[in-house]
Amino acid sequence: MKTSLSWLREYVELPAGITASELDAALTNLGMEVEGIVDQAGTILGDLVVGRVLTIEELTGFKKPIRFCTVDVGNPEPQEIVCGARNFAEGDLVVVILPGGELPGGFRIGARKTYGRNSNGMICSAAELGVSDDHSGIIVLPAGSAPPGVDARPIVGLDDVLIEVEITPDRGYEMSVRGIARELSTYFDVPFQDPAALDSAAATAEAPHPIVIDDVVGCDRFAARVVRGLDPAARSPEWMRRRLVQAGIRAISLPVDITNYLMLEFGQPMHVFDLDSLRGGLVVRRARAGEKLTTLDGVARALDAEDMVICDETGPISLAAVMGGETSEWQEGTVNVLLEAAHWDPVMVGRTARRHKLFSEAAKRWERGVDPALPLAALQKAVDILVEHAGGTVDPLVLDIDNVVPPVALTLPADAPSRLIGLPYTGAQAADLLRKIGCEVSGDEVLSVVPPTWRPDLVAPIDLIEEVARLGGYNEIPSLLPPAGSSRGLTPAQRQRRSVGRALAENGYVEVLSYPFVSPGTVDALGLPPADPRRSAVRLTNPLSEEEPLLRTTLLGPLLGILKRNLGRGRRDVALFEAGTVFLPHLTSTAPPSLGVDRRPTNAEWAAANAIVPEQPWHLAVVLAGDIEPAGWWGAGRAATWADAIEAARVAIAAAGIAETRIAVRAAEHAPWHPGRCAAILVDGEVVGHAGELHPAVLTALDLPKRTSAAEIDLDALPEAPVVDAPRISTFPPALIDVALVLDRTVPAADVQAALAEGAGDLLESVSLFDVYESEQLGADKRSLAYKLTFRAPDRTLTSEETIAARDAAVAVTSSRFGATLRGA
Amino acid sequence: MSYRNDPYDPKQAVLLAPESLESAVAEAEKAFATAADLDALTALKPAHLGDRSPVSLARREIGSLPPAAKSDAGKRVNVARQAVQAAYDARQAELEADRAARVLVEERVDVTLPWSRRPRGARHPLTTLMEHMSDVFIGMGYEIVDGPQLELEWANFDALNIGPDNPVRGAADTFFVDLPGLVMRTHTSPGQVRTMLDRQPPIYIVSPGRAYRTDELDATHSPVFHQIEGLVIDEGITMAHLRGTLDYFAKAMLGPDAKTRWRPHYFPFTEPSAEFDVWFPQHRDGPRWVEWGGCGMVNPRVLTACGIDPAVYSGFAFGMGVERTLMFRNGVSDMRDMVEGDVRFTTNFGMES
Repeated sequence: MKTSLSWLREYVELPAGITASELDAALTNLGMEVEGIVDQAGTILGDLVVGRVLTIEELTGFKKPIRFCTVDVGNPEPQEIVCGARNFAEGDLVVVILPGGELPGGFRIGARKTYGRNSNGMICSAAELGVSDDHSGIIVLPAGSAPPGVDARPIVGLDDVLIEVEITPDRGYEMSVRGIARELSTYFDVPFQDPAALDSAAATAEAPHPIVIDDVVGCDRFAARVVRGLDPAARSPEWMRRRLVQAGIRAISLPVDITNYLMLEFGQPMHVFDLDSLRGGLVVRRARAGEKLTTLDGVARALDAEDMVICDETGPISLAAVMGGETSEWQEGTVNVLLEAAHWDPVMVGRTARRHKLFSEAAKRWERGVDPALPLAALQKAVDILVEHAGGTVDPLVLDIDNVVPPVALTLPADAPSRLIGLPYTGAQAADLLRKIGCEVSGDEVLSVVPPTWRPDLVAPIDLIEEVARLGGYNEIPSLLPPAGSSRGLTPAQRQRRSVGRALAENGYVEVLSYPFVSPGTVDALGLPPADPRRSAVRLTNPLSEEEPLLRTTLLGPLLGILKRNLGRGRRDVALFEAGTVFLPHLTSTAPPSLGVDRRPTNAEWAAANAIVPEQPWHLAVVLAGDIEPAGWWGAGRAATWADAIEAARVAIAAAGIAETRIAVRAAEHAPWHPGRCAAILVDGEVVGHAGELHPAVLTALDLPKRTSAAEIDLDALPEAPVVDAPRISTFPPALIDVALVLDRTVPAADVQAALAEGAGDLLESVSLFDVYESEQLGADKRSLAYKLTFRAPDRTLTSEETIAARDAAVAVTSSRFGATLRGA
Repeated sequence: MSYRNDPYDPKQAVLLAPESLESAVAEAEKAFATAADLDALTALKPAHLGDRSPVSLARREIGSLPPAAKSDAGKRVNVARQAVQAAYDARQAELEADRAARVLVEERVDVTLPWSRRPRGARHPLTTLMEHMSDVFIGMGYEIVDGPQLELEWANFDALNIGPDNPVRGAADTFFVDLPGLVMRTHTSPGQVRTMLDRQPPIYIVSPGRAYRTDELDATHSPVFHQIEGLVIDEGITMAHLRGTLDYFAKAMLGPDAKTRWRPHYFPFTEPSAEFDVWFPQHRDGPRWVEWGGCGMVNPRVLTACGIDPAVYSGFAFGMGVERTLMFRNGVSDMRDMVEGDVRFTTNFGMES
């Protein structure tokens, strides 16, 4: 909403010297978002003066006619100015900006040579000054307006303050000078004059034009008046054009400008029909399926059965409340008009506007709510201005079909505002504040409040409390802490997610937060088999990019994209991780049950609704390329491998509070990993994820470096971190013993280690693999695994016999299970 | 001195003479002082402390003395011997200290050599900032709630008094999916709806996390962004409590001089509603008010839809953008830096924001 201080001052007695910042604070504290307050006096810099044209010399020989003028600007010597406009004569008063000045948009004026003459300044048009959209020529001031040399700003209307505010969707009444003026009057506690308090002609028994309202839900009031014999050439007065321009509305014609002007002033959108182009009586009704209407913007629109239309015998001629139609609109030469001021259902208008993507100034107001008491006053002022400037005769008949339901009284316990706001408002104070905004208030302990017609947003006691808080001033509210809640701290899952993130970061991985949007080709690039559940994804119906309409089912797609971006920016060694949700739709989907808002859904309803919500487990993924340990002066670096990816998964799970002994790794074949370099990661025997080197075909498809490795685990599949049992620390010395086993190459090292641990029994403190050895001597299908076993007893120093017996028991299990033999034995 | 093997010859007692002993000590001290290192010192030891050293030979002469003189001579020999030994020990300690010092000098390295063999990773600043914010609220007695990002329309809109005709429910603002009744949550508030459905007050929660709106990515917008939203429902909760909470939180996050300022606003889920600014003295471009978020008293319609009796309980809600906070608090000038995953951006933050 754009308006000006001078317009507001017509209806509210604002303090004389109010500054822009005081106005800004007032509007802000009233709940309007101030987009801008511009003192026009400051929009043009330098000398802007009245000048009298003394001589005009026509210059020829240029592409267009040019005038060389001498202009009296109040100095002894006349000013020489070159001008391209032609709508003035010697002796006219014009507006001149002198060298050194600056027009809006940073256009600086200097003395310069042009068309072969010196030009010291510029004669200005209204558009150049930013006071109207009139480009038709320079401003010619009425004779005798002012002597040459005086400041021209007040004369051309550049002494105003322009105000632009954003209005919240609940406050339609503020979309008008009337509403803003009323708000400012409450804020500054100064008198307000309602522009709609007019002596308006009341409805007559007969209508000026036959009109039937077919749907009083969509249109609960429809008023109209007729004026005949207008001067079709009459132009809108300058002050009206100026205010329209200030409001950002184009001046079109006197009748249309008047409706727009009153929409701005009253907040009442109106429509003007060319009476002679109407065919028969009007009917206001819902559109019928299949009906079409070409609106003023030239778009042929297929109407919906919910749209309201105004029809004549030819069918719809106006999309009610939103935009008029081409056939019935005022046009060049119109002399007889029918002015309409109605009241439309805001819900209907909102839907129609969205359906047709027509967010007209009128629709914006209707959707927010318009005062239904305005039509007759708006019509009265409209016909008054019309006749004043275009002559004509007002038809004494007035139509007003009024089915408006008056506002109902709301009940507000007198102490309710103070109980919610936390300031001690008495009932009387609350009542006073509510009266200021136009409510009728009665009662004592319990207030009975009838909201004014322009406040359709006041429908519940809470709406009244909000007004008390707002008008009393939000910044008066004290600052108190509520009684402390009783928190259990983070949930186990939240603690795990934090620990996992920290552990990976400490291990060299950099966290990224990628968008979850992926292309349908991602699963192909990842080589997922046809039946892989990760191929079933939720699709956005309105994605930002048609190329990425799906929600990720694996973190790897987006994460590998970010890996590639980093590589593309010249980074060679990259280790990334992401913890985030994936979206796994259920195999079948149905619409959720319809849940109301008048009560809590039952548990059964809520469960049924949640049953359709896709699973969205938190996953963790890492990707690595290049060296995980860089080369340096100390020597060579170490390339990241499948093993690092697996270790990352182990690190993460351990950080989640799961003991190493519960984590297992076994060979797996799982896309998108290399089938020979992929591990399934298990916790308590359940697979929670995979890790290893990515499949070479995947790396080719995604144009990623060879040997790029990755891991992805389902964090939600991890068990809760248990309460950890403290170990007993033995102070007796350890007994260390090494064993080198020869086994088939295919026996997984993890299984051998598990077997050793199982066989070694309780005395085993730790077991670690320190060598993997392959040789021709051992045989092509064999390898040797060398382990260091550490034994220790809680209560004594072990004898070598005991140690050897435990070692032998450990080896025996590997022998029986895998045919292992002691190397060299 | 070939007479040393003849202990009975009184003439031989010459070594016991005080001047002889003094001279032996003096010579030993002089010799030890000249020893350049421990090896040289060790080599001198037999001559001055060995069996055939002057003090040892003098001790042998004691036997040849008359009984009356033995005691006195014994004492003198002991004093002399101790003096030699002390001289030796002192020099030895000195030389050992020299050697230790020399070793330290020889072992000097260039400690400025880099040793970044295990590069550090980093956590995303949005993550750490959300954790920091969450921790402040936990300290105030709140719990942290999560919720699905692909959410029931009812929980994202209807339950929050965002009616079916509200424009934000259009495809121009909200991401819809090919499953009926679901949207990408446009705020983290549906997590609060879920909490209210799960339990009765007192409720003190914040829900940090991701939300989605159909904004194209540019310097100040992202279709995927993070919020932290709070909800308190209890008996007797007022706007003053809301103000106190926001002021406390602002100081905790932004320093003791931070404070908030409210502007009346409209949100469907709260009434009265406000947008709030925070005074941030450390702003990169100088102290100023910064728009931070929205807040208000929970609309009774929301409480009703979530099964909480608005006649008994009242509450407040608030929310702010995490990206926005990071932008003004940490001086991030472009939203895309937080989105693109360039490790140079994130590594800069390390483990905290």
